[in-house]
Amino acid sequence: MENRPSIQIGSAVASPNETRDALNAGYAEKVSIRDVCFYYGQSIALKNISLPLYEKQTTAFIGPSGCGKSTLLRILNRMYDLYPGQRATGEVLLDGENILSPTIDLNLLRYRIGMVFQKPTPFPMSIYDNIAFGIRLYEKVPKSEMDGRVEDALKRTALWDEVKNKINSSGLGLSGGQQQRLCIARTIAVRPKVILLDEPTSALDPISTAKIEELIYQLKADYSIAIVTHNMQQAARVADFTAFMYLGELIEFGATDMLFTKPKQTKTEEYITGRFG
Amino acid sequence: MDAFVQDTKLYARRKRRNAIAMVLSYIAAGSGFVALLWILGTLVSKGIGGLSFETFTAMTPPPGESGGLLNAIYGSAIQTLVAALVGTPIGILAGTFMAEYGRGTKTATIVRFINDVLLSAPSIVIGLFVYELMVRPMGHFSAWAGSVALAILVIPVVVRTTEDMLLLVPNTLREAASSLGASRWRVINKVCYRAALSGLVTGALLAVARISGETAPLLFTSLNNQFWSTDMNQPMANLPVVIFQFAMSPYQDWQKLAWVGALIITTTVLALNILARSLSSPRGQQS
Repeated sequence: MENRPSIQIGSAVASPNETRDALNAGYAEKVSIRDVCFYYGQSIALKNISLPLYEKQTTAFIGPSGCGKSTLLRILNRMYDLYPGQRATGEVLLDGENILSPTIDLNLLRYRIGMVFQKPTPFPMSIYDNIAFGIRLYEKVPKSEMDGRVEDALKRTALWDEVKNKINSSGLGLSGGQQQRLCIARTIAVRPKVILLDEPTSALDPISTAKIEELIYQLKADYSIAIVTHNMQQAARVADFTAFMYLGELIEFGATDMLFTKPKQTKTEEYITGRFG
Repeated sequence: MDAFVQDTKLYARRKRRNAIAMVLSYIAAGSGFVALLWILGTLVSKGIGGLSFETFTAMTPPPGESGGLLNAIYGSAIQTLVAALVGTPIGILAGTFMAEYGRGTKTATIVRFINDVLLSAPSIVIGLFVYELMVRPMGHFSAWAGSVALAILVIPVVVRTTEDMLLLVPNTLREAASSLGASRWRVINKVCYRAALSGLVTGALLAVARISGETAPLLFTSLNNQFWSTDMNQPMANLPVVIFQFAMSPYQDWQKLAWVGALIITTTVLALNILARSLSSPRGQQS
């Protein structure tokens, strides 16, 4: 993690004009969140959120508990659709296609947008099958190629050396940190376009956390990543862009260095300096 | 110690009450245990003497002759098997509806209520129902009718355990599988069923244990047959009805065989319960 290049300061911020500046600076919008509101039944949880997720960049969502950052993440793969009574309005464009449209195929959408959860969620099957599960959903892959895909995914998450001798034993037998890396391996094995991470290290020890942060940093080369975290240092370490949310509203969005060193909003400054939250 | 307790009298009274409650619950638990041991002891002492090789090789005899229970054991086994094969898939799918597709819907609530009624319905009512449904129109008793009656008893047990077990599967697991793009059925079939597997097997085993001793539904459906028969379209012998008939008879060798039959059923049910328990406990703790 030491040899990480420093992030360009002041390259992108919230307002439309400056967002265009960011585009000019070479960032393409992978996902555009436009005027999104979200409701749990009658109560509103997100109010008019608009921000971009840039291609092959990591965007962190920070804010106090209940600010709506996880809710926002769960809109991006329409996970909320599993539960009745939850709905979103506005537009979320993935490569120009509105994924909030009722006609979109949810399974195919989720195939393109991977997600890793707060608690590790290995399936009750072997380590190999945990990874092959996702691949088998949409691809017919011969055994030899499948072996390669599984090995590749495990190598990319630095898990291969730890599990190569017990690849056919249950994924439930791994440690918490290993389970979480298995879940990340499972997600990247299907080659999604965007990866959503919902507090992926909050249940892990510092060493596992460091490994996963390192992994997020490497994955950025190929994927657009959105990460929800309640750990501001983590956001500062892994994210190129950071969005600060409070009470269902987006208070500030900008390049991570800017947001943490020269926040524009007093609310942001109060939060990152620990005066509330 | 006394310095901290303000009202030593009150404390002493509570200690006494605790002692009384504890003794009463010990007695209640002990009497249940004694009753079970008593039943098992009686069964073993009366039944073990009649148990022989012949029990498993010879047919039910006419009064005064020696014989065994082979046709009744076979009849019970095959009817229980068919009932489990018919009832378990229906029960699992209905439980899947309630816990997965229809969770929280009004339909699921109604189905759960009806299922609870069915679960506690007297089995003789089920027997009469199948009698009207199958035996009367067909004009004769049959093992098919017996199997259907038993299957109707299997369904509510399996529905209940399936729903309970699937509700124990954490939602995060469903979300994780869905987030990879898996369809709902794929999530249920490949992930939820697997996570709940030991519970589902336990439910099916408990249902089998439940029906293997049922007499009333068979009295009206498969009745009895004192000869060897594998024709499911004809009346077929089965252990509970044979026990009922033999135990009520004035003949001593029949009564003896009834004890043997009762011992066999009880041992089987006990074994099924122990198997179900051993399947559900150690692996059931996985999150």
